[in-house]
Amino acid sequence: MTTLVERGPAPTAPPARLADELAGTWLLLRFMLRRDRVRLGVWTASVVGLWLYVAVEFTAMYAEPAARAERATLMRTPASVLMTGPGYGLDDYTIGAMCANEMVLWIVICLSVMSILEVVRHTRAEEESSRSELVRAAVVGRHAPAFAAMALVVVANLVIAALSALVLVTVGHLAVFDTVVMVGGSALTVLVFAAVAVVACQLTAHARGASGLAVGVLGLMALVRGAGDMRREHGSALSWASPIAWTQQTRAFVDVRAWPLVLPVVAVVVLVVVAVVLAGHRDFGAGMFADRRGRASAHQALRSPLALAWRQQRTALAWWTLGTVLMWLATGTYVKDVGPVLEDMVAQNPVIGQVIGEKDMTDAYVSLIMLYAALAAVGYGISAVLRARAEEAAGRTEYVLAGPVGRGRWLSAQLVVAGAGAGALMVAEGLALGTGAYLVGAHDPSLGTYALAAVVYLPAVAVVLGVAAALLGWMPRWTGASWAFLVLAFVVGMFGDAFHLPDAVQHVSPLRWVPRVPVEDVSWLPVAGLCVVAAVLFAGAFAGFRRRDIPVV
Amino acid sequence: MSAIEIHDLHKSFGTTIALDGLDLVVQPGQIAGFLGPNGSGKSTTIRVLLGLLRPDSGTVRLLDGDPWSDAVALHRRLAYVPGDVSLWPNLTGGEAIDLMGRLHGGLDPARRAELLQRFELDPSKKARTYSKGNRQKVALVAALACDAELLVLDEPTSGLDPLMEAVFTEYLREAKAAGQSVLLSSHIMSEVEKVCDTVTIIRSGRAVESGTLADLRHLTRSSVTAVVDGDAGSLATLPGVHDLVTTVDASGTRVAFDVDNDDMSPVLTALGTMGVLTFTANPPSLEELFLRHYGDELAAAGVPEPTASASARAPETNDTGDEAAR
Ligand SMILES: Nc1ncnc2c1ncn2[C@@H]1O[C@H](COP(=O)(O)OP(=O)(O)OP(=O)(O)O)[C@@H](O)[C@H]1O
Ligand SMILES: [Mg+2]
Repeated sequence: MTTLVERGPAPTAPPARLADELAGTWLLLRFMLRRDRVRLGVWTASVVGLWLYVAVEFTAMYAEPAARAERATLMRTPASVLMTGPGYGLDDYTIGAMCANEMVLWIVICLSVMSILEVVRHTRAEEESSRSELVRAAVVGRHAPAFAAMALVVVANLVIAALSALVLVTVGHLAVFDTVVMVGGSALTVLVFAAVAVVACQLTAHARGASGLAVGVLGLMALVRGAGDMRREHGSALSWASPIAWTQQTRAFVDVRAWPLVLPVVAVVVLVVVAVVLAGHRDFGAGMFADRRGRASAHQALRSPLALAWRQQRTALAWWTLGTVLMWLATGTYVKDVGPVLEDMVAQNPVIGQVIGEKDMTDAYVSLIMLYAALAAVGYGISAVLRARAEEAAGRTEYVLAGPVGRGRWLSAQLVVAGAGAGALMVAEGLALGTGAYLVGAHDPSLGTYALAAVVYLPAVAVVLGVAAALLGWMPRWTGASWAFLVLAFVVGMFGDAFHLPDAVQHVSPLRWVPRVPVEDVSWLPVAGLCVVAAVLFAGAFAGFRRRDIPVV
Repeated sequence: MSAIEIHDLHKSFGTTIALDGLDLVVQPGQIAGFLGPNGSGKSTTIRVLLGLLRPDSGTVRLLDGDPWSDAVALHRRLAYVPGDVSLWPNLTGGEAIDLMGRLHGGLDPARRAELLQRFELDPSKKARTYSKGNRQKVALVAALACDAELLVLDEPTSGLDPLMEAVFTEYLREAKAAGQSVLLSSHIMSEVEKVCDTVTIIRSGRAVESGTLADLRHLTRSSVTAVVDGDAGSLATLPGVHDLVTTVDASGTRVAFDVDNDDMSPVLTALGTMGVLTFTANPPSLEELFLRHYGDELAAAGVPEPTASASARAPETNDTGDEAAR
């Protein structure tokens, strides 16, 4: 087991002054801004562009009160609550209330992922690569990189919030104060997750682990918010345990209140203090846990590229599986509540009962969670294929290929582990959701249906991995662009209908072609089509990888 | 049959020309040194030999096979140590050695144990906690433990301490005795001088010099110091004499100069007529040779070209020369 290492400062060491510990922060911040100007520009443009699109589309699509009322009815369903907010203003669903209720969750998640990645990239990843050893050896204080990274995400989020507010007020004609509370509150919540990332960077010695930990906390908090809000309209006590609720509970555009935003500010301060204390107790480059010694000679099984790839990826797969299975297990326990919630709603408003039946609602909920599960599996799969790229960039591919290992054998080892891992993750997620439902006695849909719903996603997952693999084979420097496919699949899956995205765009997402079991029946034609596309992509990947230079750096 | 035979090899990356008509031959059973300034194309050549890079043009034969199309079969017969060893962070050194050995079809445990002991390597540490030198040792142990016909070594000693370098040199001699061929890219002259049979110096992607060490020495100068009775003025007029320094003191006239090896005998005859009191002559070191070939590059970088004698005698200049070449 890992052992906790006591590494307090030596008793004779004079306490370092805060000014010294922060020396160079300003310089680092400018350097980070310069290094990431393109990256941050893309994030900013995407988020502000999304708000602009929302402002235009919502105003156009929901000009009629009847259209808004219908939308509000839909938003009361549990599946919708899980992917939106606590439902303030549903009785008089204005465009502003719509933005606050439906968009804030996704904006916060999106910007939190950005901020987590930025923080880890500029602190732990630098430390791991020993580049920051160079930096720290210059006149730069111990805490300067972390504070500079935090300052970076503060600046980025403030700029994004300001531009978003400008767009919403000028184009969307929304109330100024409510808008400021909404986008400002979102920014503050995002900073909480950035601060979580700073703490995570102190705990683990590896960038991958730190971002995984922070994103895991983000996912958990998104789930807690959803569970809390599904319990009761306008949120329950459980909702308030999640920072995401803090900004949603400002009731912007309904009955605005700013005081919940004290919570994220306090949370950020507390987290930063925790990070500073933890950082004072560890060595440069180390985590809280010392590295264990390992085996002096390899296990019998470690004798092939496949075994090596499995060894490299199994830890990440285990964490992804654990995280998602727990998440969907918990989500599954809500399948049973979907019916009764509907009964309440029908009692209040009989029209709803005519719009959607109880069976439909449960199925809609299950198929929505399945879509989430598929997005998670795709996310894992892309990150696993990118491991192959990282191996190449680090020079380890070259080292293995200099042995009697063919290129095809090496690549197939990497892709088999990535693909089988993503597939197993997808099925495990589906079964976890079903098991959660079974645990609380919801036996419809059956466990087999859950499994089927998961399995029909596999060809689509394979297509996305095929795209990543083909990039690896032909344009290795662009392998990272496969993340764009995940974003596309996500946007199409979540907003495709709400935004009336053109079919041409929607059809590019492989997940879009998947029959949404149990709402729809399985139609095998699109499934077979996806299989063919995946096969072509993988064949192309091998052809490219066999003929190109290695390493391409 | 040669172990390695490269003729007129060209390779560019976009607009960068890495190899520009390279020729290189390694005879079986020989240790071939491969020298050249940074970025001259050594690692690129080695990657072409390993079938990792596809040559633009030229012929490349490796152990009588084609490195690109017969890669797997050829790699069974060779072992490689990369210039910049990167290991799997979550594997221990021992695991990495075993894995590489097993990919090659198994390694001899006794040999492995001996190598670990000689290189003083702890195999149970995680690779991410190894120092640079220790990572290098892992790759060396893995390469030396499997019994290959050809060793391809890209700066294998760049992180080793002098003691470990000596151990490595010993193993190279052993490899030669066992009939293995070696391609050794290096910046460490003394190492190359000690073990290599032939040397190829590459610059800007083409071989500027190659042959046995003796051949190469012949092309260059020896440094001579002598104390003579008579007048040494006539030395300056002889062909092949360079950098003549004359100092007169009580014991006689001290002369120090470099002489082209081809012009040695007239110089010795001339000295003989002057009444030689003391005489020393140093053969050119590889380093001088190297510096001569890099000369204009060093000059362009603002480093004065060290006189042959200065660099041969003073160990400090050896070091700086090394640094400059690195
Ligand atoms: N993958 C690549 N893409 C672009 N340029 C490259 C690539 N690999 C090498 N080069 C360029 O080719 C030239 C030769 O590089 P190479 O690594 O072979 O030099 P080297 O002789 O091994 O140098 P060193 O002594 O520093 O190891 C350099 O100019 C280098 O920048
Ligand atoms: Mg090199």
